Amino acid sequence: MRKKILLVSRHAPYGTTTAREALDSALAAAVYDQDISLLFIDDGVFQLLKSQSGREIAQKSLDAIISALPYYDIENIYIHTESLAQRHIVAEDIVVANVILLDNTAAAKLFEQQDHILSF
Amino acid sequence: MSILHTVNKSPFTNNVLKTCLEMCSESDSILFLEDGVYGTMPNAPLNDLLLAHVNRGTNVFALSNDVQARGLSQKISDFIQLVDYEGFVKLATHHRCIQSWY
Repeated sequence: MRKKILLVSRHAPYGTTTAREALDSALAAAVYDQDISLLFIDDGVFQLLKSQSGREIAQKSLDAIISALPYYDIENIYIHTESLAQRHIVAEDIVVANVILLDNTAAAKLFEQQDHILSF
Repeated sequence: MSILHTVNKSPFTNNVLKTCLEMCSESDSILFLEDGVYGTMPNAPLNDLLLAHVNRGTNVFALSNDVQARGLSQKISDFIQLVDYEGFVKLATHHRCIQSWY
């Protein structure tokens, strides 16, 4: 049965494996044809910055994985606007084009619509 | 000889940078590494306090590999000095001891 699943990604890339695990989980769930939404919030929005170079610290660049998500039919990519504003990140800094910006109210609504929520 | 303070957590979600700045003397140095490098952005929390330390003589460094990995090369404050791993080792040897804020 197809379920609505929201993955909430709240951590910066590379310092811990949490951000990478969220993306891997999203890709795995997409294989099982689930209705996946991905929300970047707090330091999670740092994962969206362009020009990452994971090889500098022997890791895979997360922006490359994020920009590939639409090819895995993960098209509901949401970003929390307040988190962007606090970090002075603007639209041109972001690696994926078709994202949906959510304020607090809209984000709360997104949470309400889900069958399952996974937090990372 | 002075102390090298290392900070490896983002100041947006963690308060170790605050404690570090409270404990840091003007002859000390601060090195941002891992997720700590988000603290080198001009609008990061505590940036004003960090700049005040720099103006009093504290040297502030960031590990360039961590800056580049995170796509921050064009986004860090002017007063931050970049070092590579070799520079990190040199800093470690040029200070009396190291305090890791994590």
